[in-house]
Amino acid sequence: MAETRYSKEHEWIRLDGEVATVGISDYAQSQLGDIVFVEVPEKGRKLTKGGEAAVVESVKAASEVYAPVSGEVTEGNAALTANPALVNSAAQGDGWFFRMKVANKAELAELMDEAAYQAYIKGLG
Amino acid sequence: MDKSQGRISRPDAGPTAEIVTASGHRGLQIEELLIFEQGVPGRSGVDLPEPPKVKDRLNGMRRQGGIGLPGLSEPQVMRHFTRLSQKNYAIDSGLYPLGSCTMKHNPRLNEKMARLPGLADIHPLQPVKTVQGALALMHQLAHWLKTLTGMPAVALTPGAGAHGEFCGMIAIRAALDARGQQARRRVLVPESAHGTNPATAASLGFEVDSIPADARGRVDVAAFKAKLGPDVAALMLTNPNTCGLFEPDIVEIAQALHDAGGYFYCDGANFNAIAGRVRPADLGIDAMHINLHKTFSTPHGGGGPGSGPVVFSEALAPYVPLPYVVHGKDGFRLVETRESGAEPFGRLKTFHGQMGMFVRALTYMLSHGSDGIRQASEDAVLNANYLLARLKDVMTPAFEGPCMHECLFDDRFLKDSGVSTLDFAKALIDEGFHPMTMYFPLVVHGALLVEPTESETKAALDEFVASLRSLAARAKAGEAAAFHAAPRLTPRRRLDETRAARQPVLRWKPSGTSRQAAE
Repeated sequence: MAETRYSKEHEWIRLDGEVATVGISDYAQSQLGDIVFVEVPEKGRKLTKGGEAAVVESVKAASEVYAPVSGEVTEGNAALTANPALVNSAAQGDGWFFRMKVANKAELAELMDEAAYQAYIKGLG
Repeated sequence: MDKSQGRISRPDAGPTAEIVTASGHRGLQIEELLIFEQGVPGRSGVDLPEPPKVKDRLNGMRRQGGIGLPGLSEPQVMRHFTRLSQKNYAIDSGLYPLGSCTMKHNPRLNEKMARLPGLADIHPLQPVKTVQGALALMHQLAHWLKTLTGMPAVALTPGAGAHGEFCGMIAIRAALDARGQQARRRVLVPESAHGTNPATAASLGFEVDSIPADARGRVDVAAFKAKLGPDVAALMLTNPNTCGLFEPDIVEIAQALHDAGGYFYCDGANFNAIAGRVRPADLGIDAMHINLHKTFSTPHGGGGPGSGPVVFSEALAPYVPLPYVVHGKDGFRLVETRESGAEPFGRLKTFHGQMGMFVRALTYMLSHGSDGIRQASEDAVLNANYLLARLKDVMTPAFEGPCMHECLFDDRFLKDSGVSTLDFAKALIDEGFHPMTMYFPLVVHGALLVEPTESETKAALDEFVASLRSLAARAKAGEAAAFHAAPRLTPRRRLDETRAARQPVLRWKPSGTSRQAAE
């Protein structure tokens, strides 16, 4: 199974061949609370690492979701429009945000692995 | 009686749940139906004469069906809206400590002045010579806003704080265009700024670049300086910031920004903490909006429209939008088109701004005087610090040291109690208080932002403190279940906010075939 990597902004990314799947971490969804709205990018949109890619809104706050690496969107998760609660129930599964063709796979190495991310969120208290 | 529609939560639990009434009412707490549910076809509160025969000049464009107005008598209508108003919580009912919103008392004198026929019953399209008093009032308000801020120019037209930001940032863009510096596209916005600041910059096509806060909740000056460059258009800083803290390095920040060729926009939403004490011009600010509805006590939050005049430095003064009032040999007049020496960027509103708010704000200024405005700011800061001092041993202040006009707590004091910031706020409603602002600013975990304003007496603050201390103690004592069930004493229990957002019911629809209309 492909390895999941994480950004400091709590996005996860999993590469499968040329295409990677991106979402927000389980920790991020737990901090946001009940998600009520998600806006995912359209197919073909060019993303820059660290740039704004999607929007997630909970009963507490609206937040931006950033592209963990650069690339081009191949698919947004249409299911989230009708059922944003998927992000709460399966943040790192069916609640994925978008898929993208990664421009430079080396950028993935700059992200945290599972152990590093768990240590990182522990430090956030 | 069918009372089901649109009502999710019922008063079906809690300490008084065992008391069931035949009517569904609870004491004099009336279960109010929607006005459409009360309507009966054919009932009417007015008796109009039969309309005269008229010749149809609308070329056959007639209404196709009924318009669905409910049929009601006048007493029904009066009672409906009176009951709704009684369910409303407002600054006139009690403490309204909503941080960042400045829910201060709206003096009755303001209302009396705003209702003077010479100010209330005029029209923007009236001949200018018949509204000299109104124009004089606007001119005088502009004078005092310039005096209080030390700035040479002001735009009165913006209709609210964010509209003011928009106004200020367009002026900055116009000034950059005039300098031929269209390449300056980046706007620096600290994390502790109001959320509208990055939104304003983005809506004008600028690129927003966030500046981190330091451990004291202030702008990280070194990080700010590192971001300066030839592509920086402006800085948008809120001072005091959304953590209720003064930015002590503001003069140094302004100097560095100006040296790098950028303009300084200050969000003046929290001017109520420093009015009469600090002149923004002395801090190096180029443009700042002033929320008349906050600092100068005009009603807002459902009670009236906002008003967000913007003051400008010498550098931006030529770009002040139309229209504005000037005084000449023929009295006061509104400048509606470009005149020599000025480069107005255009217009922001159809007419001249929120006249009713101008009247109230000027009344507040003149009735308080410069000493009174200064004291109002001092008392607002004193009240917030009193709350901070009385609560800091049981709640956890987000930052060390004194605050300005609002005090900020994080949720560390609720850690491991099973009680969230939301639960805590809901329990405060049972105590008879409107909750503080929750989960804002975002830079603080589980934030509780409390702004008492200068309107409250020490006795009122003590009562509030006693409730908060009791709740904090109960949370620590392991009463999480009681918090999760709060509020218990309100007409409705905790509302399903998630479902309301996910499946909003935005309009009432008649059930079945029975149309409620008096057609």
